[in-house]
Amino acid sequence: MIYFWAFVVGGLICVIGQIMFDVFKLTPAHTLTTLVITGAILDGLGLYEPLINFAGAGATVPITSFGNSLVHGAMAEAEEHGLIGVITGIFEVTSAGISAAIIFGVIASLLFRPKG
Amino acid sequence: MLMGRSSWQFNNQPVILSTGVVGGPFEAQGKIAKDFDILHEDLWLKQTSFEKAQQMMMEEASQVAVKKANIQKGQVDYFISGDLINQITPSTFAAKSVDVPYLGIFSACATSAESLALAALIINSGGANYILSGTASHNAAAERQFRYPTEYGGQKPPTAQWTVTGAGCALIAPSGEGPVITTATIGKVVDMGLTDPFNMGGAMAPAAVDTIVRHLTDRNVDADFYDLIITGDLGKIGRESSYDLLKEKGIKLDAKKYVDCGLTVYADDQPVQAGGSGTACSAVATYGHFLNRMKEGKLNRILLVATGSLHSPMSVQQNNSIPCIAHAVSIESRGGGS
Repeated sequence: MIYFWAFVVGGLICVIGQIMFDVFKLTPAHTLTTLVITGAILDGLGLYEPLINFAGAGATVPITSFGNSLVHGAMAEAEEHGLIGVITGIFEVTSAGISAAIIFGVIASLLFRPKG
Repeated sequence: MLMGRSSWQFNNQPVILSTGVVGGPFEAQGKIAKDFDILHEDLWLKQTSFEKAQQMMMEEASQVAVKKANIQKGQVDYFISGDLINQITPSTFAAKSVDVPYLGIFSACATSAESLALAALIINSGGANYILSGTASHNAAAERQFRYPTEYGGQKPPTAQWTVTGAGCALIAPSGEGPVITTATIGKVVDMGLTDPFNMGGAMAPAAVDTIVRHLTDRNVDADFYDLIITGDLGKIGRESSYDLLKEKGIKLDAKKYVDCGLTVYADDQPVQAGGSGTACSAVATYGHFLNRMKEGKLNRILLVATGSLHSPMSVQQNNSIPCIAHAVSIESRGGGS
């Protein structure tokens, strides 16, 4: 059943993104940041964690999960180290994803012509 | 000379002596591949940037035109060119190597007709003996100029168009063998307030209609005076809406005689969404395909209505609308014309 809900929830998030493209004519950059911020707000309200429990990868794979992770890291660090933790914690959870993007980007640029 | 309100009649009938048409690998798979003089297999043309590749195609097109006319490069008096890239630098660098006095112009994808009209005007008035008039565009260079970071690979809607990689150049002279340029109508900027840079065909359609209507009025002829009315790069959507608009304005026009370069260059199974576009689109289709049909005697009178969308990436980001223009030039076989 978790696969079903993962499919439905993940798909719905993508549908929202597609509607932002096609109906509201937002650029990919606007769509992306809006979804990230939405994820962050949902986590701030304590709603994203239940969504992950409900839909699994359907909630963790879409970009909204990145916003969720940013807030999650900041909140966790803030609890331990106070206000300064907000700053140090933002990339706590997401550092693997960001580092991976940079490292694989460098490797790809060494193998192929990087100028688009 | 002045014909009606905003058209020129060229009484001395400047001649298109020769043309040079260059294309890229994607164009080589298209419908009019045989009409190209040079087709490149490599999108880079062995250059270090796409802009340099575009410049090189422009140079090649001009060289082919000069060679076909059997003249020396030094005999050319002026080179008129423009393109889509920042401050038309690829045209400028091409002009450096063509090495004759240069007029740089910008009308986006209507540049081909603007340069042809200006060349005809100068030749008609005795201002030159030979003029090279041409333009080039490169798919990847235009993507870099107008789209998101291309590496991002953002989706494109079905209304989007595909920039032609190629160059078209015509050599104009006061006399000689070849089709003649008889009239030209200069376009007005028409802006219907559309803001979607992924539907330029739709945005440009009213500009094309405005120019066609003014041209027919100025020349005092019906649309069927021409064997073909050829729009630049309206694509599927723009062609259809402009055809409807023309009908609304009372212009009787056979749908078969109303063609678009953007729907001419590529084969139906090539993934170009609504059709081809770019400054080279009308140049390669007209200087290659349609002029070849004139040489074969299949066409006698054509009206090229090159359409241009004059926005910049900055004007779009600042939520401005898309201003459009269309310039028309009529080309006729000698003897076949009026």
